[in-house]
Amino acid sequence: MDPRRSRDSAESANPPLFPEEVLERVLSLLQAHKDRNSASLVSKSWYNAERWSRRRLFIGNCYSVSPGIVVRRFPNIRSVTLKGRPRFSDFNLVPQNWGAHVYPWLLMFADCYPFLEELRLKRMTVTDEGLKLLSLKFQNFKALTLCSCDGFSTHGLASIATHCRNLTEFDIQENHLDEFSGHWLSCFPENTSSLEVLNFASLNNEVDFDALERLVGRCHRLKTLKVNSCVTLNQLQRLLVCAPGLTDIGTGSFSHELTAHEYSELERAFSGCKNLRSLSGLTEASSLYLPVIYPGCAKLTFLNLSYVWLQNEEFSKLIVHCPLLQRLWVLDSIGDEGLEAVGENCPLLEELRVFPADPFIPDVVHGPTVTERGFLAVSYGCRRLHYVLYFCCEMTNAAVATIVQNCPDFTHFRLCIMNPGQPDYVTSEPMDEAFGAVVKNCSKLRRLGVSGLLTDRAFEYIGIHAKNLEMLSVAFAGDSDSAMESVLRGCPKLRKLEIRDSPFGNAALLSGMKKYELMRSLWMSACKVTINGCQELAREMPSLNVEGGCPAIRSDPVNITSMGNWLGSCICFCTSVVGDILRDIYNQECSCKA
Amino acid sequence: MMEGVVEKGFLDMEDTELRLGLGLPSAAEDPGKRILGNKRPLPSPESSDECESSKGSCSSLDAAQDDHESAPAPKAQIVGWPPIPSHRKNNLQPKKAEGDAAGIYVKVSVDGAPYLRKIDLKVYNGYGDLLTALENMFKLTIGQYSEREGYKGSDYSPTYEDKDGDWMLVGDVPWEMFIASCKRLRIMRGSEAQGLGSSP
Repeated sequence: MDPRRSRDSAESANPPLFPEEVLERVLSLLQAHKDRNSASLVSKSWYNAERWSRRRLFIGNCYSVSPGIVVRRFPNIRSVTLKGRPRFSDFNLVPQNWGAHVYPWLLMFADCYPFLEELRLKRMTVTDEGLKLLSLKFQNFKALTLCSCDGFSTHGLASIATHCRNLTEFDIQENHLDEFSGHWLSCFPENTSSLEVLNFASLNNEVDFDALERLVGRCHRLKTLKVNSCVTLNQLQRLLVCAPGLTDIGTGSFSHELTAHEYSELERAFSGCKNLRSLSGLTEASSLYLPVIYPGCAKLTFLNLSYVWLQNEEFSKLIVHCPLLQRLWVLDSIGDEGLEAVGENCPLLEELRVFPADPFIPDVVHGPTVTERGFLAVSYGCRRLHYVLYFCCEMTNAAVATIVQNCPDFTHFRLCIMNPGQPDYVTSEPMDEAFGAVVKNCSKLRRLGVSGLLTDRAFEYIGIHAKNLEMLSVAFAGDSDSAMESVLRGCPKLRKLEIRDSPFGNAALLSGMKKYELMRSLWMSACKVTINGCQELAREMPSLNVEGGCPAIRSDPVNITSMGNWLGSCICFCTSVVGDILRDIYNQECSCKA
Repeated sequence: MMEGVVEKGFLDMEDTELRLGLGLPSAAEDPGKRILGNKRPLPSPESSDECESSKGSCSSLDAAQDDHESAPAPKAQIVGWPPIPSHRKNNLQPKKAEGDAAGIYVKVSVDGAPYLRKIDLKVYNGYGDLLTALENMFKLTIGQYSEREGYKGSDYSPTYEDKDGDWMLVGDVPWEMFIASCKRLRIMRGSEAQGLGSSP
């Protein structure tokens, strides 16, 4: 037993029912955060056993708790996941310099978690100093994932590569960083052989290919390799030959020319990857060279074509080779016909994401897009579908109703009709019945993204039926406060609510007061909430962290146009300090920043 | 910051009226400024970069107006809509289909000019681009397109012969449809041109 624990045992009033070491050992088998949180509520000794045995920390909102409180409660953490900015920051709706700095956390961890092995950050501000600290202070550090973060540069990446001796995961996804060079890759020592995941697909500078080839060659446990578009097809071929055991490949650009011999070598390299489960990249691929990947697709479960513009013909030829596909990300350039091919060829499909190739010119005239036809076709052919993200220009209530009858197991239903406030294009009615059908038919629904013309009725449906809903995204929808109130009143498991450009004001905001304590976060922007409303919320609920902004932060006239004629609209991001894991006693001073 | 402290002008009802469509405020007021065809030129890479700026504003209005004088500003964009993260926006340029490497060369005649010219329709992004090029090539002014009155403001009207052999006013149909069906161009001049423009 950890010697620091003797203090806890001495404090408990009743003798434990059985030795705490046993309890700790049993609880250490619990992995899910929710289960651990529940266990910690049973009794004082369970609480203690749980906190000493917890190894993985998940903090969904970095402002919900302070680093000091975290390290005091959980002394033995080996893996930390931290998320910062609200999701709407991906769409430029959150002011710059909003926060979510990881450095204070790193300082605390350097003192208290010297054995930290994994750090996964999403939408946080990291700095080169932070990365340097990470690389120097944690001897056992193994796995780094940075997703949608900012504030750092390739110098910081070089620190990690240089100093982390046992690095297994180096996963750099879609961040805003300063890229000075690809030199960071050459910083991996020549004897590094521990890498299992290497992802630099989103970086733009060329790396030293010989160094990369040597690195890949000596990392025998490498399973995931995602290179950037500077890596040519010939170079890719060499990498695949080095590492045929890869399960997850992100190719470079397909834009380079191949001789016939090089083509067949590359094809052979792909067929040599017998364990390939996941494929991405393929930027600028066309019917010319795309077929080289066919031999590698037989066991593919995840195919990410969302960065490559393919038309229906070339896509349909490809998808025939992917019968075991479970997850597909694709651009709408494949059109409804392409989705029909999916329905015909991928019976095991569980997740479909269709992104718009040309989001700012949403006229059908400009090339293929997708409509309800494609979505319907997939729903008929892929009955296991449970996750969908679908961008389209038009949709009908009837189609959605049919879709959710075909596929009642949706857990994530995110439909984005790209013209705000667009009704059913056949009946001209609001899209209320579509989302009504979704929540009535899909009892397992956890995440919902609504769009199109929606009245308060749609939100009544959500409040009444969406009993498992955890996350709701709303934009340009609803008629009155009643809509938001329905949701806050009705969805018992709601954790994240993000709303923009909808007519919900202070009454609606305040109606959810009690509920926010149980939620991770609420975001409202360009609604009818005012600073007074935020202040009142902060006063009534001192345990909440309430921030209110002012429209002057974004003074773009285009944006003001979209806010309508509502006076004093407010950016209000209310965060709950009583987050998922911490029902502890502590009072956070309410901060109301204007 | 106090509630209600907004700059004068933000309270202008017309400017802030929420519409279902994304039409420009000026579209309803001035029919002469209708968008030329349905196609709006793709935002230039520079304007995409502007989208990443700290204010989060994303207006390709300026870019389009700079590039194409005769094409009025396209639909206004809403900040952060559709909800596509920036790393997806940068990579999404539609690729030209394979086998379209050859250009679409058509003859261009101008009433009163001694000889014809030939141009490749593929090199232009849209009507604005094309008309500017024709103006430069023949040293003339073509004027503003309007659906109601054809080309106002000058003696010249650009027309084309389509697949059916009919003479059509340039600018009525979407750009892609135009270049697919255009066999030759003729820039008409004078009363003949006006007659074409003012027919119902």
